[in-house]
Amino acid sequence: MIEYPQYKKPFYALSKQNSQKVGFSFIRLITLVTILPILGIIAYIVFKGAGSITWEFLTAMPSDGMRAGGILPAIVGTFYLMIGTAIFSIPLGIAAGIYLSEYAADNRWTRLIRIAIVSLAGVPSVVYGLFGLGLFVLFFKFGISILSASLTLSIMTLPVIISTTEESLRSVPYRFRVVGVSLGGTQWQTIRRVILPQALPGIVTGIILGLERAVGETAPILFTGATFFLPHLPGSPMDATMALPYHIYVISTQVPGMPSGIQYGTVLVLLAFVLGMNLIASLIRSRARARRQW
Amino acid sequence: MPEAKITIRDLYLRYSDGKEALKHISLDIQPNAITVVFGPAGGGKSSLLKVLNRLIDLSDVEEMSGEVRMGKLDILERGLDVVGLRRRIGVVFSRPIPLPLTIFQNISFGLEVAGMRDKDELRARVEKALKQAVLWEEIYDRLDDPAASLSGGQQQRLCLARVLALEPEVIMLDEPTSALDPVSTAKIEEFLQEAKKDYTILLAPHNQQQAARMSDYAAFFLQGELVEYAGGSDMFMNPKDKRSQDYVQGRFG
Repeated sequence: MIEYPQYKKPFYALSKQNSQKVGFSFIRLITLVTILPILGIIAYIVFKGAGSITWEFLTAMPSDGMRAGGILPAIVGTFYLMIGTAIFSIPLGIAAGIYLSEYAADNRWTRLIRIAIVSLAGVPSVVYGLFGLGLFVLFFKFGISILSASLTLSIMTLPVIISTTEESLRSVPYRFRVVGVSLGGTQWQTIRRVILPQALPGIVTGIILGLERAVGETAPILFTGATFFLPHLPGSPMDATMALPYHIYVISTQVPGMPSGIQYGTVLVLLAFVLGMNLIASLIRSRARARRQW
Repeated sequence: MPEAKITIRDLYLRYSDGKEALKHISLDIQPNAITVVFGPAGGGKSSLLKVLNRLIDLSDVEEMSGEVRMGKLDILERGLDVVGLRRRIGVVFSRPIPLPLTIFQNISFGLEVAGMRDKDELRARVEKALKQAVLWEEIYDRLDDPAASLSGGQQQRLCLARVLALEPEVIMLDEPTSALDPVSTAKIEEFLQEAKKDYTILLAPHNQQQAARMSDYAAFFLQGELVEYAGGSDMFMNPKDKRSQDYVQGRFG
């Protein structure tokens, strides 16, 4: 008979299952700790700001040196900036993403482009603002306007849209491209009819996240399109505009005797704007994932 | 012997990683027959098929030389209309790869990119192709379902149908039944036997038995060389080359 060496379990050792349980609980705790501050901030803002959200607050012009009335011009302005940014950044971003993923060879030139995109994404937003001031406001003489601000925000948004477009296209399996071409499709026909529709949810998500960042930024519009106060809504792309993030800065620091309800209310509106977009992006993503065939 | 459908002369192919996939192959592919291209993995079968419809353009090739002709068409010509060529020489891959579209769109894709717009015409061609591939009866009532909802065997017949829809002259099948069950395999083989009166068929079989069953002509490839090319029964009953003898009789491979 063979004698097997006996493994003696020390009395203090946890069983494997139990140590796994402890590990998982620990990870759960850490997760909770990370999301608590975010939940706290949102709860605090809702608590302080919800009271001042009325129909009038959302649809009226500011009055009494912005200490009363509504924030309509800031909401409308932010909306205009978003549309303007979308017009410039979406077509360019998608085109560049398609080029990089489908057509560009992997050489020094395209690697340089990729590095540029990554670095562009890391540039502080105030630098974009100054760049926009120099290029669009002064050089092209667009002035302090929705146009200048939208162009500036577009440059900031582009890297996000380009890289998410490229990533989404790359995640579509290569074999579909081979099949499309083998059936007599050109490369572009295959991309447009087969690959792009599969990548679209990812691209749309990227667009929304990019625009969301643009909508929430203050620095890039500070010198290029935002204005302190406007007695009317902007009438053309060449007008300056009020915008939610800048308006928050103004009413928090520049207006003495500002009622805090309006401040928190304005922040809440911006937060709802941004989180709402985020939510839409998540919905698109999860729905697309559920329907995906590969 | 009728005039060859495709003539291959001194075809040489080397990939960028230095691998010589085809070493000076010369081969006549006969029309209205099944030519089986067989041999151990890495012998050059897939590379040959890729050259014939120029899917090789998607790979990194360092050198390709020789002559491949289909009728008057020079297949290796640089400025060749490869899109037109691929409509004349269709290919079915070893795994069913339905496009992430509906069943209908999988078949209409090739027609639409070729410029067919008329809805009725498309519908008629799709139906005809599905009937040819013996799939129509099973799926005629769910053409708008995603193609991925079909079983593996059905998917492979769908892949066949979308090639047939283009009304090609040559059909190449690269181990088309390797992912299929015996029943689905039988259906595909039955179709091929029936179809060879209308098409020129090139088949890389997925095993020896299939090779013997299906071949009118057989070409044995070993490490990029065409070792022997003969009529199907000659090849499998009475191979001339020592190496094909050994392979056919199962001494290696």
